[in-house]
Amino acid sequence: MGECVELAPGLNPVESAGEASGPPQPFRALNRVFRRRRRVGLLSLLSPPVFWMLFIYVGSLVLLVVSAFFALDPISQKPTTTFTTDNITDALTDSSATRLFLQTVLIASAVTIACVAIALPTAFFVAKIAPRWMRRGLMVSILLPLWAGYMVKTYAWRAMVSPAGGSQFAAEGRGGGGFLQSALGWTPGYSKTAVVIALVYLWLPYMMLPIYAGLERLPSSLLDAAGDLGAKPLRTFRSVIMPLLLPSIAAGSIFTFSLSLGDYILPRLVVDGKERVMFGELINSTLGAPNQPLAAAYTIWPLAMIILYLFAMKRAGAFDNL
Amino acid sequence: MRTSLLSRVVLGLITLGTLLFLYTPLWVVARLSFTTTKSVSWPAKGWTLQWWREAWKTEGPRDALVNSLSVALAATAVALVLGTLAAFAMQRFTFFGRNSVSFLWVLPIALPGIVTGIALQNTFSRTIDLGLFSFRVGFGFHSLVIAHATFCVVVAYNNVVARLRRSSPNLLEASADLGAHGTQTFRYVTFPLVRSALVAGGILAFALSFDEIVVTTFTSGSGFLTLPQWIYANFARPKSPGVVNVVATFVMLMSIPIAWLAQRLGDGGVDQ
Amino acid sequence: MRTRRTAMALLASLSIVAAACGDDEKTGSTAVETTTADTAGTDTTTADTAGTDTTVGVETTVAGETDYMWTPNAGVLAGAEGQVNIVAWPGYIEDGSTAPEYDWVTPFESITSCQVNVKLGATSDEMVQLMQSGEYDGVSASGDATNRLMAGGEIAALDLAEYTSYVDVFAGLKDKVWNSLDGEPMGIPHGRGANLLVYNTEAFPDGLDSWSAMWDGGTVADGAVSIYDSPIYIADAALWLMATQPELGITDPYALDQTQFDAAIALLDEQKAVSGQYWSDYTVQAGSLVDGTVLAGTTWQVVANFAAGEGAKIETVKPKEGATGWSDTWMLSSQASNPNCMKLWMDWISSPWANAQATEYFGEAPSNAKSCTLTADPDHCTKFHAENEEYWDDVWYWTTATEECIDGRTDVACVPYTEWVNAWSSLRA
Repeated sequence: MGECVELAPGLNPVESAGEASGPPQPFRALNRVFRRRRRVGLLSLLSPPVFWMLFIYVGSLVLLVVSAFFALDPISQKPTTTFTTDNITDALTDSSATRLFLQTVLIASAVTIACVAIALPTAFFVAKIAPRWMRRGLMVSILLPLWAGYMVKTYAWRAMVSPAGGSQFAAEGRGGGGFLQSALGWTPGYSKTAVVIALVYLWLPYMMLPIYAGLERLPSSLLDAAGDLGAKPLRTFRSVIMPLLLPSIAAGSIFTFSLSLGDYILPRLVVDGKERVMFGELINSTLGAPNQPLAAAYTIWPLAMIILYLFAMKRAGAFDNL
Repeated sequence: MRTSLLSRVVLGLITLGTLLFLYTPLWVVARLSFTTTKSVSWPAKGWTLQWWREAWKTEGPRDALVNSLSVALAATAVALVLGTLAAFAMQRFTFFGRNSVSFLWVLPIALPGIVTGIALQNTFSRTIDLGLFSFRVGFGFHSLVIAHATFCVVVAYNNVVARLRRSSPNLLEASADLGAHGTQTFRYVTFPLVRSALVAGGILAFALSFDEIVVTTFTSGSGFLTLPQWIYANFARPKSPGVVNVVATFVMLMSIPIAWLAQRLGDGGVDQ
Repeated sequence: MRTRRTAMALLASLSIVAAACGDDEKTGSTAVETTTADTAGTDTTTADTAGTDTTVGVETTVAGETDYMWTPNAGVLAGAEGQVNIVAWPGYIEDGSTAPEYDWVTPFESITSCQVNVKLGATSDEMVQLMQSGEYDGVSASGDATNRLMAGGEIAALDLAEYTSYVDVFAGLKDKVWNSLDGEPMGIPHGRGANLLVYNTEAFPDGLDSWSAMWDGGTVADGAVSIYDSPIYIADAALWLMATQPELGITDPYALDQTQFDAAIALLDEQKAVSGQYWSDYTVQAGSLVDGTVLAGTTWQVVANFAAGEGAKIETVKPKEGATGWSDTWMLSSQASNPNCMKLWMDWISSPWANAQATEYFGEAPSNAKSCTLTADPDHCTKFHAENEEYWDDVWYWTTATEECIDGRTDVACVPYTEWVNAWSSLRA
């Protein structure tokens, strides 16, 4: 497939070949260096971002894990320079922490699955069934909530799920419950279910994007061919679409899974503080105790989980589809 | 693939349902910005422009908006530069450890915000002694830009890589064959090629940075609030939460043309 | 190309419009509109709730200017830095944005030119953590934060000569364990209050006078009880044990040996059966009180006032078993970048007018004796027992539990606060 690139004005091959002019002196030397040494070219391109990521980011992560090895002074509650493995042992063996982490992984997985279940048919409709003129409008509408802001949507969900109070106890005109209660007569209340629903709500656009992009790239001719070969739509879906979409789904799941895994603001607001639902809340409240070393030790859980998850998703080809 | 009428209708209904799901809470927020009660619970009572008037006068959200915009712009700029450099390096060269390096870009956005946040906070709060001189990053506008740029790099990177993948490397060779020097090739061939990817990536990175709350909480300095921070801080006060709903609704409305633009420009790249 | 150019132009013009609209207000009208639905037309009428409907009284001179009864120290004023970053309890630093009549920041800013930036802390733990970062100039710390902060070297000692209001502070609040170190004053007292029991008047028409609804259950409030989400609440459990299980021998709810501590934790575990909400955000508890989803709980007067203003049918009371409470102190950070502005703030907030405003709004006893004549409700000091030391006999101020027993016992080791934190964390999991 050839590409036509509009040559920008100023680059007239005949002109440049004839004239003795060219880039100013320093650039000429630079060009020579880059042409001669491919390595230099590569290194100069690569070093700023790699330096940034390694030293600023990975370095910070390493420092964080290291900080977990220091004891906390019990009176001033500041980290000391005394080395100890107690924090790590506590963080990794405490049964309530372990239970909480498993619960969080379950919730994050549920959110991911729900997001895929909603995004697939919706994206398929928009990409393959909806008429061309509707496509952009639909995609804009689906992605617009991304801009509304995390905090706004979190508080909106509080107003959505709040349960009905005893109306005789409530103030005048209040106590009818949140939007869901008054509109549908049912609400999950301040519960884990509400957390899952709200998280699905928040991250759905992040799953829609890669799946839509993946479906767009899927040539309709492929699907027609499958049909011509006798495959029913469901078979086509299973054998043609899904394998090709797997990388996109994997890419989307990186967002939904990790964003859900670490969230601590939404659960606190949507569960009304009744119980601690997500692991991020534990990290945050430990940090606020204040107990920085123990909080750092707790972060080992999500750190290890996400690194493992990334490896798995890479195998699924997610990295080419972000 | 021939889809039956039934499946088309069903899928259409699902899509409608998704849109309904996505917009109802937003509508609740917008409705609450007109309520006459002071607290932010449902049901909203009455209609008043009181909060809109008050929001107009309050300096807090305005300053926060400006802060958010400036951090997002700066972070996007840095992320675009770093991401493009990385994309070219990864796409045009093969080298040892290339697969491992691709992890680096994704890590900041893949790790939960709270982990990134407290890691960076830990680093920024320390005084780093390098023998000859010591420095402390500290907290303020700069720490936010560093933090935001870090997780926005991957967005720019992905867009540029995707664009480069679609274009033939022969183009650059052709340009050289025609007598263009390295910098000329960059200016007249490479840059126009990736420009659309830069814009699309830039808008997405901007959106990410603008909306970010978790990492921001840990890496911001005292007195410097971004808009999400302002919203978070003020919902917890028995202040007029109505004002916060107004701010939220305003941001939503303002984002409509921008989202449309982003989609337009994103598609524009593909059509070419 | 053309579409992209128009798109760019559109984006550019949008940003210009946004910027223009943003700056609009500085030159626009400054008329403040308060609608009728505003601040508390309805206020509860019992003795323990302060009215919130009238504007707080000020002394006005003939020219219409308010006399704030404060003259800042000239030396400190000369060195004012222009801004100050303070960690404070929500409701302590009001600049008119909650309601126009609650504003003791604007006068301060105009007198000192120190712009006040507030960082809210919902719990003492949060405040300790914030102060440890070194990013703030000062804090309004309760007694359970002050010990930790002083031990960690976060607080600068005071030179009392720089504070003009200190001389009028009640003697009963000065030189206490939680606001002084080695006899040196480390902070300026703000006010004191008790953690009160709030209950729904429809649910309990006969009123309540005991914490029993929150511990024993068996009332209509089961599952609708609101509990303060902080490890310091363990002291409230200990307080209940003091009244109901005297055989445990608890004499101070902050001095708990292992047996007593375990009993308190067991009690808190049982309490989960009646609990409905663990709160640290005001609006969360207030909203639930208004909705009727919370029918009883521990609260601060300011939250109850806010909820009452929204129509909640509630009352507050200090139960007969006593209560935990707080005595707050303004403290200067040892790493303050704006120490002079912070000193000015500390002096201002403890001056008669400002202290009256702040403590009447929050619903606590003021620290400045002269404030009692300046409150809108002339009985404010009486209602909040500012001068009645007897009232405070069964109020246990928040304090940090240490291994060295606070009640003086030397035969056992008491459970330190870090263990309180761990236990609370496990409890909430």
